Amino acid sequence: MRPTSLNCVYDLALKDERVVFIGSDLGPGVLDDFKHNIPDRFFMEGVAEQHIVGMAAGLALEGFIPYVNTIATFLTRRCFEQNVIDLGLHKANVRLISNGGGTVYAPLGPTHLAIEDIAIMRTIPNMTIVSPADADEMKRFMMQTVDYEGPIYIRLGKGYDPIVSRDDIPFKIGKAISMKEGTDVALVTTGISLALVLEAAESLEKKGISCSVLHMHTIKPFDKESLLNSCEKVSAILTVEEHTIIGGLGSACAEVLLEEGMGNKKFKRIGINDVFPSGYGSQKEMMIRNGISVENIVKTIEKILQ
Amino acid sequence: MQENISNSNMDERSIYLRSLVIRALKGGQRGHIGSSMSLIEVLRVLYDDFLKYDSQNPNWEERDRFILSKGHGCLALYALLADKNFFDAKELDFFCHNEGMLGGHPERGKIPGVEASTGALGHGLSIGVGISLAAKIKKKDYKTIVVVGDGEINEGSVWEAAMCAGNHNLKDLIVLIDYNKIQSYGFTKEVADLEPLKDKWESFGFRVFEVDGHDIDDLKTTLQETRNIKDKPSILICHTVKGKGIDFAENNPNWHHKSSLKEEDFEKMTNSLNLRK
Repeated sequence: MRPTSLNCVYDLALKDERVVFIGSDLGPGVLDDFKHNIPDRFFMEGVAEQHIVGMAAGLALEGFIPYVNTIATFLTRRCFEQNVIDLGLHKANVRLISNGGGTVYAPLGPTHLAIEDIAIMRTIPNMTIVSPADADEMKRFMMQTVDYEGPIYIRLGKGYDPIVSRDDIPFKIGKAISMKEGTDVALVTTGISLALVLEAAESLEKKGISCSVLHMHTIKPFDKESLLNSCEKVSAILTVEEHTIIGGLGSACAEVLLEEGMGNKKFKRIGINDVFPSGYGSQKEMMIRNGISVENIVKTIEKILQ
Repeated sequence: MQENISNSNMDERSIYLRSLVIRALKGGQRGHIGSSMSLIEVLRVLYDDFLKYDSQNPNWEERDRFILSKGHGCLALYALLADKNFFDAKELDFFCHNEGMLGGHPERGKIPGVEASTGALGHGLSIGVGISLAAKIKKKDYKTIVVVGDGEINEGSVWEAAMCAGNHNLKDLIVLIDYNKIQSYGFTKEVADLEPLKDKWESFGFRVFEVDGHDIDDLKTTLQETRNIKDKPSILICHTVKGKGIDFAENNPNWHHKSSLKEEDFEKMTNSLNLRK
């Protein structure tokens, strides 16, 4: 997903003179073609996240569309005030591309886990948050980022993930994708967890449980209508996210469902509990340890339907 | 360089501009007094003699970009913007009012002539670096001028921005520090000593000038001199007096900000100012 996203920035820059790339201190060779062919719009500014977000805002105020790329934790927590003031308040057309959203950096430990990025970015007025499911969807999404108004936070999941998104359904920022319709339960997810949810849905169908699957690639602005449509017929709703259960997709769904009179349905969130996840290992192992797995989705649904 | 310069006399224009600050203080019954009064001459020279702008077309593409990064000094900026007809001086009477245009920190999009919303410290220089880089890419020759406070440069982000500005040799970026030597809690020397300030900025790749921030000619000449610098950003360390012009507020940390000013305070301020004639 990551190479796709960055290659898209280069493609966009070739077509549109307003596109600028700003990295912090990325690995050697990142976007070398961009650097060599469009050097005046390529910036690598060092380990200074607060500064690069402010600098991006300045460029945006002058009509440029900066794509800022670094690790998710530093792009959200470290420079939160810049995200709020310089981007949100100024409605700056800056795109934040965050590497390792979720538990991608599991082997690197808690300092590098971006498990609250969606929650904190959600609180910023004017901020759009998008978490594509795979590289193909990332590409469809990136093409729409140039002329979009306001700042966008782009959550990059782990690369080389399976392709589960569908190219027959048009991608539109802010419009959730109904992957499947069912009558018993609604599974609502975002980002790379879509693959797990689709697999779990298949397994549940075999057990005679009819599932809706809603992919909310855009968490903000929140597509209320699609959520309500997916949940209308079912008796139970489960949200699944590679994120803390506080303030992310599950919270957003709960807020909407309760306010829209669907509080009588069974509702459960799967995500990381309010802890710093322990241990290292791979992303997949960390997700399993924290219940973000096909098995736990199936088990949880069976339990709440009892 | 003299540390606390305070001439007893001021010319009519400096007194008039300060009277506009008092008008706004009266309008809002509050405001950053010391932090605005120290800035008057710096902004006066910028708007009278240096910046390119068109107050009737504030978004004029060729304008110089000015950012007051120490947003709490906004009363000085409002005084200049009103004086230059960016908006009607009547707005000063509604400073901090419910539906007023002028808030306790300047906001872009609400106030003509304000390039960036500031107030949270340590943001303006990075934004200015971005604006200056934009000029480089577009091959425009506008200047980007950023005024920072002395307390403000405690923020680490200022130094991130400074490193970047030096690294890109942003010759059209000019920073001015309102070095009034007092921050909210007290004297900068005691809270977080900035010295050796000149060496710090030099080592970050800036051409450093030290000026008397209340001396019109000194400010004018030095600002003109920055036009000859072709290989690096410039910074003017402006030695100023907090509260300048209001004797009881001068160099007095208690007059950094006041939130419940009374009628007698305005009288005292006006009387003090008039004594400088």
